Amino acid sequence: MTPDTIFNSLDVSHYIYLSSVLFCIGLFGVLTRRNAIVLLMCIELMLNAVNLLFVAFSSYMGDSAGQLFVFFIMVVAAAEAAVGLAIIVMVYRNTRSTDVGLFDKLKG
Amino acid sequence: MKELTFLKDRSGHIKISKMLLSLLGLPPAFLILSFITILCALYVVTNSNPVYSVLALILTFFSISAHYVLLNAQFLAVVNLIVYAGAIMVLFLFVLMLLNLNKENEPTIKTGWYVAAAISAGLLLLILAAALHRSSESIMQNSAAEIGLVKNLGKVLFTEYLVPFELSGILFLAAMVGAVLLGKKQSTEVNSKSDTEPSEK
Amino acid sequence: MNILLIILLSPFLGFLFSGIAGKYLSEKITGWISSFSILVSFIISLQVFMGLNGGNSVYESTVFTFLSVGDVFVDFAIQADRLTSIMMLVITGIGFLIHVYSIAYMHGDAGFYKFFAYLNLFVFNMLVLVMGSNFLMLFFGWEGVGLCSYLLIGFWYRNAEYGKAARKAFIMNRIGDLGLLVGLFLVIANCNSLNYDDVFAAAQTGKLSTGLITAICISFFIGAMGKSAQIPLYTWLPDAMAGPTPVSALIHAATMVTAGVYLVVRCNVLFEMAPVAQQLILWVGLTTSILAALIGLKQNDIKKVLAYSTVSQLGLMFIALGVGAYSAAMFHLVTHAFFKALLFLGSGSVIHGMGGEQDIRKMGGLKNHMPLTYYTFLIGTLAISGMPLFSGFFSKDEILAMVFTENPVVWFLAVCSALITGIYMFRVFMVTFLGGFRGTEDQKNHLHESPSLITMPLLILAVLSLVGGLLNLPELFSHEHGQWLKNWLAPVIGKSQDTLHHPSHNTEWILMGIAVSAFLIAWVFTRNKYITKSAVPESDEEINGIARWPAGKFFVDELYDACFVKSSEKAGAFLSKSDSGVFAGLMDWVTSLISWVSDLLGKVQNGRIQYYLLYMVMGIILMLVINIFG
Repeated sequence: MTPDTIFNSLDVSHYIYLSSVLFCIGLFGVLTRRNAIVLLMCIELMLNAVNLLFVAFSSYMGDSAGQLFVFFIMVVAAAEAAVGLAIIVMVYRNTRSTDVGLFDKLKG
Repeated sequence: MKELTFLKDRSGHIKISKMLLSLLGLPPAFLILSFITILCALYVVTNSNPVYSVLALILTFFSISAHYVLLNAQFLAVVNLIVYAGAIMVLFLFVLMLLNLNKENEPTIKTGWYVAAAISAGLLLLILAAALHRSSESIMQNSAAEIGLVKNLGKVLFTEYLVPFELSGILFLAAMVGAVLLGKKQSTEVNSKSDTEPSEK
Repeated sequence: MNILLIILLSPFLGFLFSGIAGKYLSEKITGWISSFSILVSFIISLQVFMGLNGGNSVYESTVFTFLSVGDVFVDFAIQADRLTSIMMLVITGIGFLIHVYSIAYMHGDAGFYKFFAYLNLFVFNMLVLVMGSNFLMLFFGWEGVGLCSYLLIGFWYRNAEYGKAARKAFIMNRIGDLGLLVGLFLVIANCNSLNYDDVFAAAQTGKLSTGLITAICISFFIGAMGKSAQIPLYTWLPDAMAGPTPVSALIHAATMVTAGVYLVVRCNVLFEMAPVAQQLILWVGLTTSILAALIGLKQNDIKKVLAYSTVSQLGLMFIALGVGAYSAAMFHLVTHAFFKALLFLGSGSVIHGMGGEQDIRKMGGLKNHMPLTYYTFLIGTLAISGMPLFSGFFSKDEILAMVFTENPVVWFLAVCSALITGIYMFRVFMVTFLGGFRGTEDQKNHLHESPSLITMPLLILAVLSLVGGLLNLPELFSHEHGQWLKNWLAPVIGKSQDTLHHPSHNTEWILMGIAVSAFLIAWVFTRNKYITKSAVPESDEEINGIARWPAGKFFVDELYDACFVKSSEKAGAFLSKSDSGVFAGLMDWVTSLISWVSDLLGKVQNGRIQYYLLYMVMGIILMLVINIFG
C-alpha cells in the first residue's frame, strides 16, 4: 500500500479514536494499579497516546510542529521516568514497599 | 467510493480475509496495528506481574512506532524505539529487578473501585470522542510526505524551536542531577530503623 | 431650674459614692455622706417650697430629649409645682431622718455600704417619680422604686425566705405596672404626648371621650393598686417586712406606697371626669381598709401589725380619693408619713433592744427599760388612733367629713375601720410596753434604750406627729389659718374640689364627736382587756373559732398560691425543661449534624493519590461536559 491509498480511506478521526482509547486505557491503569512502577508505566502509555495523536495531526496537516512536539514530550517523559524511578527506589528503601495505597501520611 | 484495487492479488481474485478486514473501510494495516496496540495496552494495565507489564508495554511501543511509520514520521518511529522501548523501558526493568518485584503481591482492590475507574475512563473516552470527532472535517489533507525525514525535522528544530531544544538540555541536566542524588545509598537505611514496621504489609 | 437638678442628683451621687467607695471606707463616713446628700436635697427642697409663693408658679427644667418618634416628643424634664414640693419635702425630710437612724441600726452589718447605696438610689428614684413633668418620668421613677424595694426587701439575701418576699413584692408590683403601662399607651395613642399639661388640657377640652378617660383612670388605678397595696395586690406588703426596719419605715410606710396616691392626685383632672373609676377607687379602698384592719387585730409580729396598718391607712387615703377629696388625701398622706415612720422606727428600736425579737407575746413591760421609745411610740399610737389634737385626728377627720357628704354608708364603714384601727394599735402598744416582761432572762439583760442616732429621729417624728395637724386645720377651729394645705394645693387640684360639698359646721362637730367616741371606745376596750385583765395574745395553736380567719390573713395568700402561683411555676418548669430539652436538643442536633458532615467530607482527603486522581478525572469530565456541551 502506498501512503496515498491510506489517506484515501483513513481519516484523522480514526486516529483520534485510537488515541483516546489508548489514553483511557492508560488512565484506567493509573487509577487501578497499586504498584508505583506500573503506575509510572501507565503514565508513559498515556503520554504515548498523546504522541500518536500529535503525529497523526502533524501528518494530516503537513506541519512538522506536531512531530517536534512529540520530540519534546519524549524528552520530558524520559526525564520524568528517571527521576520518578529514583524516587520510587528511595521510597522503597525507606518503607520496603511500593504500594501507593500505603502512602497516605498527608490525609485529613 | 473507495478504491478496492488493493484487495485484488496478482491473480485478480479478491482475498476474503482482506475483504472482511476492509469492510470497515479501513486499510488492514491500520486495523491490525491498532488491534495489537490496544491488546498490548490492555495487557499492560491488567496483568499482575509487573515484568509482563513491562514487556507488553514494549510491544505497545513497537506497534506505535509502526503507526508512526504509517504516518510518514520515520524519524520519530526510530527515536520512539530507541528512547522509549530501548532506554526507558529498560530502566523500568532495571528498577523492577533491583527491587525484586517480579512476584507481584499487590493487595486485592475492591470491585467498586474497578467499576468507578472503568466508568470514569469510559466517560472520558466518550467525551473525548464526542468532542473531537468532527474536527477532521476542517483539516486539509495535505500529504507532505517529506516532513518526517530527519533533514526536514532538523531544519525546523534548530531554527524555530531552538530555545526549547536548549531548555530540554537543561531539563536533562536537572533530571540527571536529581536522579543521581536521589539514587545514592543513604547512611541510614530501613534495617537500622524500627519505626517503619507499620508501613509494611 | 438648675436647683431642681441638684435635688435630683444629690442622692444619685450619694448612691454612686456609697456603692463604689463605701466598701473601703468606714461606716461612719459612708453613712454620714449618704445622709448628707439627702440633707442637701431637703434644704434645697425647702428653698423651692418657699419660692412657690405666688399662685401657680412652677419651677421647670428640661434636661434632654428622651425620645422623639414621629410627632411624639418625650423629654427628661422635671418640674416642681406645689403638689410636688410637698412630696419632695416628705421624701427628703423623712428620708434624711431614716438615713441617720440607719447609721445606728445597720451598724455592724456586712452590707452597710450597700444599704446606704440602695437607700440613696431609692430616694433618687422617688424624686424622679414626683418631680417628673411627664408620665414617662413618673414611670421611670415608678419602676426604679420598685427595683429598690426589691433590693432592700431582700437585703439579707442569704435567707431564702427574704428573697422570696422580695420577689413577691416585685412581681406583684409588676402586675400593677402592667395596668399603668396600658394607661400610658392609651394616653400616648390618643394625646400624642406624655406631658401632664398636654394630657390634662386634651382631657379638659373634650378631645378624649369619657369611656377613654375611664379606661385610662382604671388602668392607672391598677398600677396604684400594686404600688400602694390595695386589694387584690396587697399581700406583698406584709411579707416585705422581711427587710430591715428602716426600709419598712421609708419605703413601705412613708414614700413608695404613697406613689399610687400621688398618681391619682396628679391626675385629678382625669379622675374627675371618670366617676366610674372614682367609685371603683372608693370601694376598693374601703374594702382594703376594713380587711387589713381586721387582719391586723390578730397579728403578733410587731412589724406585721404596722404593715397591715399601713395597708388600712392607704385604703383610707383611697377612700378620700374616691370621693374627690384630693387635698384631704394628701393631708393624710403627710401625717401618715410622720406617724407611721415614727411607729416603724420605734418598732425598730424595740427590736434592736430585744436583740432581734419581733413577737409581741415575748415582750411586755418595756416602758421601764426603753422610756424614750415608749413615749414616742405612744405619741404615734395616739396619732394613728385619732386622739384629738394630734395630727392623725385632723387628717382622718377631714377625710371622714368629706366622705360623709358624698356617701354616708361608706362613712359609717370607714368609722368602723377607724375603730378597729384604734383597737389593734392600742393592743400592740399595751402588749409591748405595758405589763410584765415575758421574754427570756437573756433578753431581759440585753434590754437597753437605743443609741441617740436612733432616738433622735424618733423624737423629731414624734414632734411632727403632734403638730402635723397644723397643716390643715379644719375651718371649725380657725377661719384665717385653717385649711392651709388645701389652699396651698388649690392651683393643682383646686378645680376638682369645687364640686365637693363641705358639711355644715354642726354636722362637722357631730362627726368629730363620733370619731372621738370611737377613739375612746377603742381605748377603753383595750385597756380593759390588756391592762386590767392582763390578757396576752394567745399562741398560734390556741387560736380557734372565728379568730382563725384574721389570724390566717383570710387565707388570701393561699388562694393566690393555688390560683396563680402553682400554675405559673408549673408553666415555668415545663418551659424550662422544653427549652433545655427541645431547643438545646435542637442546637445539639444541628451541631452534631455539622460534625457528621464535616467528618464525612474529611474522609475525602484520605491521602491516597489514586482517590485524588479519580476526583481529578471526574472534575475534568465535568469541565469538558460543561465547556463543550454546555
